[in-house]
Amino acid sequence: MQVPASVDYERATSLSHAIELLERHGPEARIVAGGHSLLPMMKLRLIQPEVLIDINDLSELSYIKIEGNELRIGAMARHAELLSSPLVGEHFPIIVEAEKVIADPIVRNRGTVGGSLCQADPSEDLSAVFSALKAKLVIQGSHGSRTVDATSFHDGPYSTVVSSDEILIEVKIPIRPGCGCAYEKVERRVGDWAIAAVGAAVYIEAGVIHDAGIGLTAVGSEHFNAPEAEAYLAGKSPSPELISEAARLAAENCHPSADQRGPEDYKRHLVQVLTERALTTSVERATRGGF
Amino acid sequence: MHVKMIVNGKEYESEIEPRLLLVHFIRDELGLTGTHWGCDTSNCGTCVLWMDGIPVKSCTVLAAMANGRVIRTVEDLETGGQLDPVQQGFMEMHGLQCGFCTPGMMMTARWLLDHNSNPSETEIREAISGQFCRCTGYENIVRAIRWASEHQDASAESTKVGEVVA
Repeated sequence: MQVPASVDYERATSLSHAIELLERHGPEARIVAGGHSLLPMMKLRLIQPEVLIDINDLSELSYIKIEGNELRIGAMARHAELLSSPLVGEHFPIIVEAEKVIADPIVRNRGTVGGSLCQADPSEDLSAVFSALKAKLVIQGSHGSRTVDATSFHDGPYSTVVSSDEILIEVKIPIRPGCGCAYEKVERRVGDWAIAAVGAAVYIEAGVIHDAGIGLTAVGSEHFNAPEAEAYLAGKSPSPELISEAARLAAENCHPSADQRGPEDYKRHLVQVLTERALTTSVERATRGGF
Repeated sequence: MHVKMIVNGKEYESEIEPRLLLVHFIRDELGLTGTHWGCDTSNCGTCVLWMDGIPVKSCTVLAAMANGRVIRTVEDLETGGQLDPVQQGFMEMHGLQCGFCTPGMMMTARWLLDHNSNPSETEIREAISGQFCRCTGYENIVRAIRWASEHQDASAESTKVGEVVA
């Protein structure tokens, strides 16, 4: 029987109340949203917070909308909501493809976007997606909000730049012309964490990739990205050879480690194959026809 | 802490430790043992019940988080002595052997049919993909849910609880 250690419980009624509770209880307090990453870790006693601050009543953080040229996702949006959102499907198939392979439908009913990001599991899928899409993350504290790039959100495994009196409130994804994006994941069984997964986004205008994003997860990329491959693609015309070389660079520069999901060379191989596939699909989507 | 919630239409109140899981609250405090407690790691899905109308794995929700919410468990499927078409379908199509996964399967199936009255086999398999059955190979569970979708008005003809099936 798995039971969390003793913990106190508070329920926040608003964003400002949540921040006030965080300030009052200090660094031993943890926000709980869906709880589907946090509670399993508490059951295993890998995390023992003194206080849980439940933010499930914060409907103000539960939205998916377009504002200006950005898709904005509130931190309390559930995985199932992201998966079924027509706005998300229209603009970012990468998100839909990733969400389909995150856990299972019942877990997705409960798990949240903000919770997944803040849990910061090194095998987490949305971190790679938001890296590829060069999303911005909005973090709120009592003295105002700040915005950080998705690629500078993590400062280590299970660790983020959100401090103990702050809360992640929103993900902002730029909607830019000529975008094509895709997600590719290999898992041991349905709903498992990735052995390796790759998200890609390319922005093509007049036959040239003017920007590219490649997100990696589960392969030791601290910021869930592949900057060498991204830089290589920028300013060039898409071709199978170009994509192969970018995939090679992504595989060469990541840092997978051997574990029960496979040896290092296998994971590196996966990164190469999956990057190639994700980029090829992204180019097809951006140009509605391919090379 | 003090919690109050509506379970199957009835209000319950209790003093609990905040670390108590919802599945244990439902089973041990309320005595509603239809909801099963399985893997404890949100994988197997036998603990699925509805919270505010959405299926959730109750081994991964604190009872404290369910405070003030509306819960529906497998005990609520049968009404007035009549089985829900989903329950009837599991019986007609032999959708269970040991029965351990059945409450979670049925709660997910009921939710699926409420939102998609005529699901394809693929949609059914997707819906129950977060739930394990170690007896049936899933074939008969899928058939049971298909049966229920084709007999949504079956309550009038369904087996009464306690009736002996020939």
